Amino acid sequence: MDKYNLIICGVGGQGVILAGNIIGGVALAAGCDVKKTDTLGMAQRGGSVVSHLRMASEVFSPLIKVGEADILLALEKLEAARWSHYLKPDGIAIVNDQALPPLSVSAGREKYPADEEITGVIEQRTNNYYLLKGTECAVGLGNIKALNVFMLGCLSRCLPFEEALWQDGIAESLPQKVVEMNLKAFEQGRKAIQGELENA
Amino acid sequence: MSQKLKLLSGNEALAMGAYRAGVKVATAYPGTPSTEILETLAGFKDIYAEWSTNEKVAMEVALGASYAGVRSMVSMKHVGLNVAGDPFMAASMTGVGGGLVVITADDPGMHSSQNEQDNRHYARLAKVPMLEPADSQEAYELPAYAFDISEKFDTPVLLRSTTRISHSRSVVKMGDGRQVDEKPAAFGYDFKKYVMLPAHARMRHPLIEERLAKLAEYAEGFPLNIIIKGDKKLGVITSGVAYQYAREVFPQASFLKLAMTYPLPQKLIHGFAAQVDRLLVIEELEPFIQEQVKAMGIRVVGKEFIPRMGELNPDIIEAAGIKAGLLEKEIIKDIPVPKLPGRPPLLCPGCPHSGVFYVLSNLGQRQSLPGKAKKEPRLIITGDIGCYTLGASPPLSAMDTCACMGAGIGQALGLEKAGVGDKVIAVIGDSTFLHSGITGLVNAVYNKGQITIIIMDNRTTAMTGHQEHPGTGITAQGYEGNMVDMEALVRGVGVEDVRAIDAWDIKALRSSIKSAIDSPHISVIIARGGCAVRTKRRSAPMVVDEDLCNRCNLCLMLGCPAIQKEAERIYIDKTLCAGEACGLCRQLCPQKAIKPQVEAADG
Repeated sequence: MDKYNLIICGVGGQGVILAGNIIGGVALAAGCDVKKTDTLGMAQRGGSVVSHLRMASEVFSPLIKVGEADILLALEKLEAARWSHYLKPDGIAIVNDQALPPLSVSAGREKYPADEEITGVIEQRTNNYYLLKGTECAVGLGNIKALNVFMLGCLSRCLPFEEALWQDGIAESLPQKVVEMNLKAFEQGRKAIQGELENA
Repeated sequence: MSQKLKLLSGNEALAMGAYRAGVKVATAYPGTPSTEILETLAGFKDIYAEWSTNEKVAMEVALGASYAGVRSMVSMKHVGLNVAGDPFMAASMTGVGGGLVVITADDPGMHSSQNEQDNRHYARLAKVPMLEPADSQEAYELPAYAFDISEKFDTPVLLRSTTRISHSRSVVKMGDGRQVDEKPAAFGYDFKKYVMLPAHARMRHPLIEERLAKLAEYAEGFPLNIIIKGDKKLGVITSGVAYQYAREVFPQASFLKLAMTYPLPQKLIHGFAAQVDRLLVIEELEPFIQEQVKAMGIRVVGKEFIPRMGELNPDIIEAAGIKAGLLEKEIIKDIPVPKLPGRPPLLCPGCPHSGVFYVLSNLGQRQSLPGKAKKEPRLIITGDIGCYTLGASPPLSAMDTCACMGAGIGQALGLEKAGVGDKVIAVIGDSTFLHSGITGLVNAVYNKGQITIIIMDNRTTAMTGHQEHPGTGITAQGYEGNMVDMEALVRGVGVEDVRAIDAWDIKALRSSIKSAIDSPHISVIIARGGCAVRTKRRSAPMVVDEDLCNRCNLCLMLGCPAIQKEAERIYIDKTLCAGEACGLCRQLCPQKAIKPQVEAADG
């Protein structure tokens, strides 16, 4: 069985933890051993959140070593840069094109890095870097909360699990009334990255 | 037996395992990383689960249930066991009726705690057995062992988790329903066992020592203490999540993996040590196992290479392996960690604590507008543990102490009695006040303190994820309990100057706090406002009228994440703003430039 080390990151409230739990469930349904761990500190909202997810025939450590992640799935750009050192050389970075400035930035004490700086940090690790309009798409579907599922759609093209497993995982993890909309977000995520992968 | 595979967190697995093992009464006070254990158990309506007012009470309730002959479990974070230390030590002396399991969830790395004490020492201190899971499967299996050990050896059992075990998900093979049926409750009258008069305690102590010797014998055959045979050049003794890191970094080594870590299986360890050339203990925090192995006369290393501070991870173990000459140097990776703006935890937009801290920050001279001279701080603000500890961060900087739950009130009185010139004010959350603030308040009333206490009543235990408490009157299982009336309680212990005010009314906050700190008597202010995260319906967001705004920056002093500054322009992020439910910035703006969006559009 292939081994996958995955870092999922973003800002508290964006749905990082739920996204990771859905991926874990899909991997388990596909017959993998799975370990997943979240680091979220004390904040209810607005803090930096990172999850480590490992899938293989047998997994020991829930934490991934620096430089050994196959994929970085980032729901926010600054967080993508922050955790990019976990990527292995030529790993895949899938990044949502959204900036959520931390308070130190909004209060004028620090500067939010420019797009080139973020790209520069990520490209020190890999050139397989895909920037996607996830937030725009989720807002277009009528609910910004669908962002995490859009990103799962992107990710699903990089993992060997069947589409139906993903759809089941999403349907099982979300309240009934938002499932349909999220499945649309998933589909749009799959399409969005397909174009990027073909251009690469 | 049918089995299904599920991806469970360590905490969920501990709860499911305890349920399967027949737990009847479960108690806890919320505390990261332990909270989800009781939350999961509360979902089983055929058992009794409660949020207790604090860990000491939780321990006592569980102990009482155990005396009634049923299986009971109490869970808490590591520092909670300090609060529960007295009944925990007593429980070791009296022993149990039904099985009693005490879960401590330690926090190496202090992800969400004030210290990283290693609670394995409590097992030794209390002379009770200790079990430690290394993943969710073991977290699921260990409660059943723990209850059996508790009943067989007449002892509470300490079950120790850590943040990384509690908050990691891994695959669990689950059985169906309850494996052990509940026992009917019956108290076995036995005053020599349960009444710890000195004469009885003296009789119990030899039994405790005897029990420990028997437990050490039992540990030799504990089924989850296992040897994994590998290369004889390196033998590793390890437990908990450190085992997982160690397997990753030393895939060829031999392992003695311990799930029962107190008392240690000495024969097993001697035997293992004799089979390997070099012996290494890999454990998080203190050299708890290493020192005991050393005391057995065995050559062993560990903390010479592995840090005794902070959370471990495979990178740290790898670096230690290189330092110890066990791994080749070439695998050192030089990957720089990017330097970027941090994202520390914050009070949320619309937080009912923001207004209180803004007023305190202002009265205490903690910040100044651009261009204005910085003043010396005044007004000592003592605090403690909760979301409101975030009031200590800039720009508010409105907390001067935070030691442990409930400490602020006692500290405030101590500062006053020591004779500091500044006025002293204690801030405390509603749940924390009920946890351990009441006794401090009674003490301050009794000893004629002149301090001011602000109870920041956001109607929930917010930081740990919104648990109910006596002030809300809803129980852990969602039933209606009796609501404790905070004002009546405070008046009842003898405070005459008590006022309840709206936490979003800056004017009222300012005048109440000013008059309270000037009063020669003890004053209590209850600043009331529901947690913003729970506000379901949001009104229109606030907007900044850029024609009226003169960029004075006063609104930025609130530290509200929704108020942003880009170049010189100040604006409010609509997706974050809580709108009129809060309105703090609107009250502050000297230019009246902040208005609800609708109003601005209309006019």
